[in-house]
Amino acid sequence: MEMFLAITVGALFAAGLYCLMLHSIVRLALGLVLLGSATNLLLFTVNGLQRGFAPLVPAGEEALTGPFADPVPQAFILTAIVINFGLLALLLVLVHRTAQETGTDDTRALRTELKDSDQ
Amino acid sequence: MSPVVMHTVARMMAPVLLLVSLVLAVRGHDIPGGGFVGGLMAATAFALQMVAFGRPAARKQLRVHPTRLAAAGLLVALGSGIPAMLGGREFLSSIWGQLPLPWSDSLKVGTPQLFDVGVYLAVLGTAMAFILGMGRGEDTTAPDSRA
Amino acid sequence: MTPATLLSLPIILCLGAAAAGQLLPSRAWPKRWLALMTMLAVAVVGAMLLVTVRREGVQAAQMGGWAAPFGITLVADLLSALLVLVTGVMGLTVVSYSAATLPASREAGAYYPLVLVLVGGVCGAFLTGDLFNLFVWIEVMLGASFVLLALEARQEQLEASIKYMSLSLMGSVVLLCAVGLLYGVAGTLNLADLSVVIPGSDQPRLLTAVSMFFLVAFALKAGAFPLFFWLPASYHTPPAAVTTLFSALLTKVGVYALARIFTLVFTRDSELTSTLLLVMGGLTMVTGVLGAVAQYDMRRLLSFHIISQIGYLIAALGLLTRGALTALIAFLIHYIFAKSALFLVSGATARVTRTYDLHQMGNLYRTQPLLAALFFVPALSLAGVPPFSGFFAKLAVIQAALRAENWAIAGTAVVVGLLTLFSMMKIWREAFWKAPPENQPQEPNRPLSLGDGVLGPCMAMTAFMVVLGVGAQPLMELADAAAGQLLDPGEYVQAVMGGRP
Repeated sequence: MEMFLAITVGALFAAGLYCLMLHSIVRLALGLVLLGSATNLLLFTVNGLQRGFAPLVPAGEEALTGPFADPVPQAFILTAIVINFGLLALLLVLVHRTAQETGTDDTRALRTELKDSDQ
Repeated sequence: MSPVVMHTVARMMAPVLLLVSLVLAVRGHDIPGGGFVGGLMAATAFALQMVAFGRPAARKQLRVHPTRLAAAGLLVALGSGIPAMLGGREFLSSIWGQLPLPWSDSLKVGTPQLFDVGVYLAVLGTAMAFILGMGRGEDTTAPDSRA
Repeated sequence: MTPATLLSLPIILCLGAAAAGQLLPSRAWPKRWLALMTMLAVAVVGAMLLVTVRREGVQAAQMGGWAAPFGITLVADLLSALLVLVTGVMGLTVVSYSAATLPASREAGAYYPLVLVLVGGVCGAFLTGDLFNLFVWIEVMLGASFVLLALEARQEQLEASIKYMSLSLMGSVVLLCAVGLLYGVAGTLNLADLSVVIPGSDQPRLLTAVSMFFLVAFALKAGAFPLFFWLPASYHTPPAAVTTLFSALLTKVGVYALARIFTLVFTRDSELTSTLLLVMGGLTMVTGVLGAVAQYDMRRLLSFHIISQIGYLIAALGLLTRGALTALIAFLIHYIFAKSALFLVSGATARVTRTYDLHQMGNLYRTQPLLAALFFVPALSLAGVPPFSGFFAKLAVIQAALRAENWAIAGTAVVVGLLTLFSMMKIWREAFWKAPPENQPQEPNRPLSLGDGVLGPCMAMTAFMVVLGVGAQPLMELADAAAGQLLDPGEYVQAVMGGRP
């Protein structure tokens, strides 16, 4: 299972990086979405795949029983997803605005900076 | 899909989605759910309105400006940590109490629930700000005096 | 106030004021005053924290009462407290400069709440005691900076934000991978706990690999060679107040994080990391200053200088001696003030000339003598000319390099200092000294004036520089004590893990 997930993580990273290298702002955003998902999956995989109970002390007991899942990586992943969600929503708004402003989806249009310094 | 179906579904689903969002938010202290998921679910209710009836209608349904909603949520969430601080404990320490109810035993209430309410509002507000903000910036692109 | 209150107050104040500011009616003055008062409060809390830490040692608090290493820890040693104080002072400066320069419509919008969120994120990053929260605060800060950059939504700003944002998100991906992998190897992310666990770990190679992830991620945030491309692509587009805020705080968080993890956590492989940091620092200095020499846009020139100065900091970190870390801290403080002063002055000159292009300027020495003086002092200070703060900071770096017998770094630092002086003199010659270009378009209907209160913040920054230069001794002593704490993490670990109330 670990091997399968590791390969998936690798494939997602590769796909994300490939998207970043295309000359398209929308694919840039999609690439970052893929990279974010790949990272979350990586966090999930490296921190141990285990089938366990929620780490809550059952009523009437003193300590945790049985195989229980480590809550910390899950908290990380949840937080990372939230942050990723927020930033990507922001990025999409930005991409949308830029597309409206420049009328194109091509990253090579984003070169006004270079044109300025050529003067 | 014809607009009639879309409109009917949107009108019917909105209260259901909002109710489910509240249920999710309330039950989520130690079972799946919580303020974040609840807030997102509520945002889908308004997003559905936007798809069916357009952006102005969804904005009107929300009543409050989304960023204000998010700000209010952030304030509530931060505020839930203050009582503990005033009591000399660390910020965000939980304080639990019993709320006696006439019809049953008593309800356990505490500052973490207040925190969840804050998260709910903040997530709803932020998500709606993004959804409604698509294609429209915060301000108009007025020419400004640079510097 | 208890240490726990002092530690959490900067963050609570900023985020609370940001939320309250957004709830206020859309008018300029209530938001402005709320922001000013909050920044003042952050500076005061920072000063109190610094005094407390100086007197009683490292302070730590566990949020929510969950003991370390399980809960959310806030820690302040001298470096953190000093940086929170400087952050508050910079916030105050930038808000008062914004009040003087920005149009009222922008002030009435989301501008001040965003600035407050950014400052809150920066304070959080300086004060947090675990790596995951460091990631979270860096993201909070970056999120606010993305919106601030694109707030005016002019085309070049949108383009700059896309570049800045995609590169920053790449950096965040690397950082998050590093955090996840480190947790997988060490089983904790609390900095103090890590500093205990890592030396005894049985997977040194894996840890070295993870430390390289951190190096890449934080070097990108700091704007170090070869990962600085986002910086000159974006810093010249927002209003001068925003550029000042970014230049003063954003890259410093990256430097702080590098300093923190390579003195506290990954100390085992110091040979490798220190070589890498030295090479990186040297190349950053050189590429930054060479980029600056080639520029004729005032703000882009200054942006390249940010990179070049970051190089000094990273090289000082690479030397990893007490003298070098002292130099790093003194340099960091000096450089935040010097760079901010220059960006503020560049904004003021642009108000007079309505351009950042050095070709188009001229004669400001005669028309704006005070402005010229306010440029001259920080420019000399940045280049490292006595008696201003930059001289002592740079001298300390070079001395540390000489003492470590690292001639390459010492030589590079001297040469880069000269090139810095050269490019500062270029601005002086072009903007202030030479006669204005003949074909300058005259717009008699718009009088060219500075406006009220623009020079105040610039003067404050310049005054700091003179004070820190003439009275360098107290700062150096403080920096020395802070460096001592960095090199001996025992007190830090004791404060976090020792079960202090």
